[in-house]
Amino acid sequence: MADTIKLEISRYSPETDAAPHFQSFEVPFRRDWVVLDALNYIKDKQDGSLTYRWSCRMGICGSCGMLVNGEPKLTCATFLADYAPASIRVEPLRNFPIVRDLVIAMNDFMRKFQKMKPWLIRKEEKPVSEGEYLQTPEQLDAYKQFSMCINCMLCYAACPVYGLDPLFAGPAAIALAQRYNLDSRDQGAKDRFPVLSQHDAIWGCTFVGECTRVCPKHVDPAGAIQQYKLTAALDWVKSVVMPWGGK
Amino acid sequence: MKSSVATPPYTLNHPRWYRKRVSTYWWLLRWEYLRFVLREISSVFVAWFVVLTIVQIYAVSRGPDAYAEFQDFLKNPFVLALNVISFFFVVFHSITWFNLSARAMAIRIGGKRVPGFLISGPNFAAWLVISALIAWLLLRE
Amino acid sequence: MDAQPTKLRIEPLLWLLFSAGGGVAAFFIPIHLFILGIAAPLGLTKATDYASATAFLAFPIVRFYLFVLCSLPLFHAAHRIRYTLYDGLQIKHLNEVIAACCYGGAVLGTVIAGYLLWSFQ
Ligand code: SF4
Ligand code: FES
Repeated sequence: MADTIKLEISRYSPETDAAPHFQSFEVPFRRDWVVLDALNYIKDKQDGSLTYRWSCRMGICGSCGMLVNGEPKLTCATFLADYAPASIRVEPLRNFPIVRDLVIAMNDFMRKFQKMKPWLIRKEEKPVSEGEYLQTPEQLDAYKQFSMCINCMLCYAACPVYGLDPLFAGPAAIALAQRYNLDSRDQGAKDRFPVLSQHDAIWGCTFVGECTRVCPKHVDPAGAIQQYKLTAALDWVKSVVMPWGGK
Repeated sequence: MKSSVATPPYTLNHPRWYRKRVSTYWWLLRWEYLRFVLREISSVFVAWFVVLTIVQIYAVSRGPDAYAEFQDFLKNPFVLALNVISFFFVVFHSITWFNLSARAMAIRIGGKRVPGFLISGPNFAAWLVISALIAWLLLRE
Repeated sequence: MDAQPTKLRIEPLLWLLFSAGGGVAAFFIPIHLFILGIAAPLGLTKATDYASATAFLAFPIVRFYLFVLCSLPLFHAAHRIRYTLYDGLQIKHLNEVIAACCYGGAVLGTVIAGYLLWSFQ
């Protein structure tokens, strides 16, 4: 087996480049190395200007998402050995503006998250003296899957609808809204409804399903969106059949 | 998109951020995207079947001659070829539809989510039964 | 995405029609298309002759079935074609025109099918 492996890395310097270009690096090939290890090796030994985000290197902080051979991946969980001996292409996440090299701008993503009111909304907070809001394991199970999201944005990079329509709220944000809607302690579903039931939110989704396929945490955002479509549609039927029902 | 967050105005159109426009042929770039577009295009063939059915009903309503003409029309090699292609697409539609609907429905029994194959499985079975029933109704002597 | 009440409150209805049509198409269309368009013209099975076709259509339930079989899948197709044009060709500014043509076509097909089946004797 070859003892080095070639990485083609997308470089973009806002000071000097009009557009990104690829640069090749040879790094030692080690069975236990992930793509992020190779990037760190390059930064330490070959080119200190290589810019990328990472933190935990254990698949939990969600900051190391990049395209590996065109596929959105957490680079700290993507082994070189799965690609060797072929070379590996590393690019910044698709559908986001590129700030530098492998770093993308996530402002839009963060704003969309905020719009979903991702916190527990209570009609009336009970005083601390009355204790916590209790929850059974079944109630936890109802939303647990959607709460596993690490905000890695891989699903946005995989979603063609987001690429085509930057106004689209996107997979993780809608899954996050569902995470709170389905929480037994939350009473804010009605506050989130106007945000969710837009063409830019659930109705823009065509169920490509790529978000779910690439999600490293098995959040299934595509499922969350379709489930919410059903909720919104039934809600609509109710409002037509019983207009006096009051919303 | 207007934001209520205090973002400095220059960030939205940051001149130095590199933005790539999505190619018109984005759906050719990855097999998963192409499969998705083929799934959506199956609906064109669904519509073709409906047109065919409406024409058939019209032919029946106009009498035996028009109906015989319609039968000949179906034997035209081009129409036949189109129908063969359409058949593959509508079957593709059925398969993808049953698989997707299992994911779009979160059915819970006893607090646990029913796994997808327990939803799509019965759908596939029902599809076979319905198809057999229709074939029997149409083809019995 | 701004939190105003939705102007297009018709989206849920369109989606319901799309879903219902997709289900109807998935369950019923393949076998019909196979017999009508492939097996019968090739002589693999007998074609429904005129006498039995009229006999079938004499049943109100058959006419109703055919009406559903035509109408709902048309709305299904209209919905998908609309989104495919919208996303595939990136012609967002024509959204209204596309939507009007697609759903308009489905309504037209429904009316034609309804008229033919209603006035059948
Ligand atoms: S839903 Fe999955 S892919 Fe999307 S941001 Fe969350 S963890 Fe990442
Ligand atoms: S470095 Fe934290 S998820 Fe990869």
